[in-house]
Amino acid sequence: MKKDWLFLMESMLFKHRLLIWGLVAAVVLTLPFWGLSLFVMRTIIMIGVFAMLALGLNLLTGYTSQVSLGHAGFFAIGAYTSAVLMMRFDVHFLVGMLAGAALAGLFGLVLGIPTLRLSGSYLTIVTMGFGEIIRLIIMTWTPVTNGTLGLMSIPRPRFFGTELNLNNHGFYYLMVALVFLVALFCHHLLNSKVGRSFRAIGEDEVAASMMGLQTTELKVLAFVLSAFITGVAGVFYAPLMGFIDHNTFTFDVSILILSIVIVGGMGTLRGMFLGSAILIVFPEMSRFLMDWRFVVYGLLLILMMRFRPNGLLGWQSRLPYPIRGKKKEVKGHGISKRQRSF
Amino acid sequence: MAYLSVKEVSKSFGGLTAVGGVSFEVEKGQVVSIIGPNGAGKTTIFNLLTGVYEIDSGTVTFDGKPIHNKPVQDIVGAGIARTFQNIRLFPKMRVLENVLVGMDRKMGYGLLSSVFRTPKFKKAEQEFTQRAIEILGSIGLGDEIHNYAENLPYGAKRKLEIARAMATGAKILLLDEPAAGMNPQESVELMDFISSLKNQGYTLILIEHDMSVVMKISDKIYVIDHGVKIAEGKPAEIANNEAVIRAYLGGSAKDVKSQ
Ligand SMILES: Nc1ncnc2c1ncn2[C@@H]1O[C@H](COP(=O)(O)OP(=O)(O)OP(=O)(O)O)[C@@H](O)[C@H]1O
Ligand SMILES: [Mg+2]
Repeated sequence: MKKDWLFLMESMLFKHRLLIWGLVAAVVLTLPFWGLSLFVMRTIIMIGVFAMLALGLNLLTGYTSQVSLGHAGFFAIGAYTSAVLMMRFDVHFLVGMLAGAALAGLFGLVLGIPTLRLSGSYLTIVTMGFGEIIRLIIMTWTPVTNGTLGLMSIPRPRFFGTELNLNNHGFYYLMVALVFLVALFCHHLLNSKVGRSFRAIGEDEVAASMMGLQTTELKVLAFVLSAFITGVAGVFYAPLMGFIDHNTFTFDVSILILSIVIVGGMGTLRGMFLGSAILIVFPEMSRFLMDWRFVVYGLLLILMMRFRPNGLLGWQSRLPYPIRGKKKEVKGHGISKRQRSF
Repeated sequence: MAYLSVKEVSKSFGGLTAVGGVSFEVEKGQVVSIIGPNGAGKTTIFNLLTGVYEIDSGTVTFDGKPIHNKPVQDIVGAGIARTFQNIRLFPKMRVLENVLVGMDRKMGYGLLSSVFRTPKFKKAEQEFTQRAIEILGSIGLGDEIHNYAENLPYGAKRKLEIARAMATGAKILLLDEPAAGMNPQESVELMDFISSLKNQGYTLILIEHDMSVVMKISDKIYVIDHGVKIAEGKPAEIANNEAVIRAYLGGSAKDVKSQ
């Protein structure tokens, strides 16, 4: 096989993976003590939230190729459910999280089942409608959601009598824990028969059904899991903001999540982190561009589509498929470079 | 009763009768070929057998049980798998993963086992990966297991489709023009492989245009034209059948024999 630079890079990363993961862990865990400003820490937490959202949408769009533009709806369901429960019934944050994520998952089921007969743009349009319906419900169901006034002073999570906030970096560590769990969940799921069947369905649904896959159930499952993860992100987001209303969960949010998935690299986990970092930081960094921001933004997306249609980190691994029960080693193998261009 | 028995199946698309009351039987362990000119309805028969289309009338019985108009997954579960005339692999997945998808149904662990990486998950993955490697080795793709399906040359893609069908645990394999696009050398190798499948106990139904291939490996041949069966018999009988020669080859008996 051709030993191109990608193979060399991947082998290097693989060889030193323990060192690299160790470094990443060290940086992530000590970050609050580096003297970064609260604004920077807050931005980093936002990157984590949107990485989680992208990981959730990626399950659906990156793997089963079902494009959703309504994920702001699941995000809102998670956020509102836990916020209302915490405010009205004084439940613990973790209880709120379970309820919020479960309800988002349930809505994933409700949306997933009727939309199964739809594919492509039709499905996407229905998900868009879903996002808007959730917003309408938020605006009109005043007794519960407080209508257009939104929910204020959402209580912060408490663990062992300590309130988590930005100053004591509780929010940061909670974000790290959640992102870690969500990423691990996705990693395990996708490197199993479930992930393989998701990808098979995304690539060729008819062929997948001919392999005996229960394509219908699997597509709904992808919807539910995706909604669940998005709900988790919403549950965390509500107390982070302290205030949520119908404008927190607009169509723009759905677009942003999808953009992160595309820019980072559909069907990869690594891409969700880079994509989130870029699309969260860019608007902050480019305030001086004022109204031109969106022109630049659009231009960047077009350039991406032209030069890296698979996303920034969307390459196919050149390392051998990890075969279980075999000693791990990297050596040349039969991946040819035909049809690949970078 | 025959292992697979197809009785009077019909299928129309709008006004066009693609298959009009075709019957045939396949015995266990046989290689049966379906031949006929372009547009005769051969692929449509495969689509009816595998549940891609519902049949308008008729019955399909496999191993004593009716299987017509069942969901495709149930038919695969019963033991019938196929390849596609226009290759339909999972192009961005590895060769090995393509085969593992075929084994999905049999892996027998669930969502929670996947997420928590239980011993059950590890054991199943390990076992089935080995089995997949064996299948790929047997069809001559042993060196390509790590490659991506889209990178394979044409002939290897066709082989991978067969490997994937075998992986489902099927007892009958329906191969739709498996030698199409292969060079003569590859095509000979493929035929040897198909013969070896027969020896392994598989039952095969083959759609193939290459007459030399069909004549050599078939136990029985059915000839379809315009959606109806016009002849059936052993290879030697078909080669001498005037109706076949007229319909299928549009030439004289000499042309067929000289093949
Ligand atoms: N889904 C469909 N909708 C409409 N017509 C169809 C459909 N599938 C097949 N047909 C028609 O049915 C007829 C039989 O097609 P089929 O693909 O079964 O032929 P075939 O014998 O496999 O031909 P070939 O040797 O070219 O593969 C053709 O006229 C084709 O156009
Ligand atoms: Mg055909």
